[in-house]
Amino acid sequence: MDLMEYQAKTVFAKHGVRTTVGEVVTTPEQARAAAEKIGGTVVVKAQVKTGGRGKAGGVKLASSPDEAEEKAREILGLDIKGHIVKTLNIVPAAAIGEEYYFSFLIDRANRNYLCIASAAGGMEIEEVAHTNPDAVAKISIDPATGVDEAKAREIAEQAGYPADVLDAAAVEIAKLYRVFIEEDASLVEVNPLVKLKDGNVEALDGKVTLDENADFRHPDHAEFEDSSAEDPLEAAAKAKGLNYVKLDGSVGIIGNGAGLVMSTLDVVAYAGEEFGGVKPANFLDIGGGASAEVMANGLEIIISDPQVKSVFVNVFGGITACDAVANGIVQAFELLAGRGEAVNKPLVVRLDGNNADEGRRILDEAGLAGLERVDTMDGAAKRAAELAAK
Amino acid sequence: MSIFLTKDSKVIVQGMTGSEGTKHTTRMLASGTNIVGGVNPRKAGESVDFDGKAVPVFGGVADAMKETGANVSVVFVPPKFTKDAVLEAIEAEIPLVVVITEGVPVHDTAAFFAAAQASGKTRVIGPNCPGIITPGESNAGIIPADIAGQGRIGLVSKSGTLTYQMMYELRDFGFSTAIGIGGDPIIGTTHIDALQAFQDDPDTDAIVMIGEIGGDAEERAAAFIKDNVTKPVVGYVAGFTAPEGKTMGHAGAIVSGSSGTAAAKQEALEAVGVKVGKTPTETANLMREIMQGLNK
Repeated sequence: MDLMEYQAKTVFAKHGVRTTVGEVVTTPEQARAAAEKIGGTVVVKAQVKTGGRGKAGGVKLASSPDEAEEKAREILGLDIKGHIVKTLNIVPAAAIGEEYYFSFLIDRANRNYLCIASAAGGMEIEEVAHTNPDAVAKISIDPATGVDEAKAREIAEQAGYPADVLDAAAVEIAKLYRVFIEEDASLVEVNPLVKLKDGNVEALDGKVTLDENADFRHPDHAEFEDSSAEDPLEAAAKAKGLNYVKLDGSVGIIGNGAGLVMSTLDVVAYAGEEFGGVKPANFLDIGGGASAEVMANGLEIIISDPQVKSVFVNVFGGITACDAVANGIVQAFELLAGRGEAVNKPLVVRLDGNNADEGRRILDEAGLAGLERVDTMDGAAKRAAELAAK
Repeated sequence: MSIFLTKDSKVIVQGMTGSEGTKHTTRMLASGTNIVGGVNPRKAGESVDFDGKAVPVFGGVADAMKETGANVSVVFVPPKFTKDAVLEAIEAEIPLVVVITEGVPVHDTAAFFAAAQASGKTRVIGPNCPGIITPGESNAGIIPADIAGQGRIGLVSKSGTLTYQMMYELRDFGFSTAIGIGGDPIIGTTHIDALQAFQDDPDTDAIVMIGEIGGDAEERAAAFIKDNVTKPVVGYVAGFTAPEGKTMGHAGAIVSGSSGTAAAKQEALEAVGVKVGKTPTETANLMREIMQGLNK
């Protein structure tokens, strides 16, 4: 889960990282009040979970409460790379001396942690790495030994931070490492980390990604969930405990196992090229069990998507037997009819693997309206795409 | 021969007495795996009956190894307890630990992988994986043993169900070993580890490699193949239609900005001569052609 800047700074502050959380507002009037409260020149910052806010006009200085209200009015509702600005962070304008870049992240390739740091901050780090790779230090961190203040000072030196900020930066870096570990973050990024005119080092911005697998030891992370930003179908699926991602095509997809479902999306898009570019409407992994209730819940979400023209159920019976899946589909039709949500879209079902013959027989006998059985994945994908194109 | 797991493997199950552990221990035994014990400190000294076979429960991995000579552990404990369970197995210096559990925090995996590296005695497979099967010999994990039999194809995959699908498609040829390495950001055994082992295995003639979006493991595997693998390799990559910034089921399956895309992975593999199928079936057919060519 990605955090917004003010949430990241809140987490930083909890671990003693020097930062200014400021005020969080959602209307121009509140922005004015926040600017009055803070006094002097403030920065009005769009809170969206994407980079490049400054370039998109999402970060503006305001020298008075009037101006803060005006800037807030301009920024609220902006579309920044598909993210609509609904929340603003109002902070006092800092007297900045220099800007640096700093981050901790999971290093998938080396299977440990990576610290990326540079004395060239404020810009996109990918850009700096591209134009001036020597200015970016990449330091491998051993999870067994971690980062104490001594290691933090080494990092600051390697990054090329100036001598007069090494001590202050080391203190902040060691605390940022605590954020990374103790909050179960997979990314902690500060851009910029700044030297203020008074010599202090402060996190002026923050980007944090939390590992949802670790939610069991962080009940407080629930407050960061932003259900308002979610697609309504994704929110409904989440409420039912389904692993669902909304896409923009017209073939609804249900499958078992993340890899097989990803593959199903691709195979449908590939088959769909023949039918004027038909694409998958969603990712939905119902997992190994594929019980009638899970199947019914999944079908219910998918048929309620107005973009869906046909549905492709793609199950490989590994541990799950296909007869159980077939019974699940039959019962799901009954359950949905009972809920007043009859399946009114054509359904292509491919069952293969464990007990496939019995599963197919059950489907044939049930004779469900609109259900077609195709026994190969590629063939079924083609048929589902064809039905969606009609 | 085979890789990592053979008929001589003596397997213990951490979490054997839980519901998943019990279910899959039954299945592993039915497929001929030599299960020599389970681990549960609260039930040490007891034994569990699996269709007439009594499997002893030990208080710890070290005890189980001492008493039975176990050299493989399969871990089914819940995510909360996985780190400690795997660390215990590493401390006991068991040669192979297969972590089936899904939902392990990535910092926990980083910690136990670092411990395994430091000790140098333990190979970790997973977490969040279906495990490893050497058909006809041993099965450590949840891969159904009846999909395909013994053969000369090696299979390595990030995805469980795609492992099953591919084994099913190529069941007429069979497999030396099939290994599901898992789709988490940090995994104990990579495509490269498996490719190296298959290259060195005299009973593997050709290799199927299944990847998916996220990270650059497939790109690195491609570079490795170029310099180190002389056996034919066929590839498949899932996730061409995945949108940027969305996690697709597996914790590690995410396209971030322009990195981790399926297209980049396919390109890297094809650049080193790996044939990449557009669908699992097409991929299986590419392998079928290779095997038919080899058997001429």
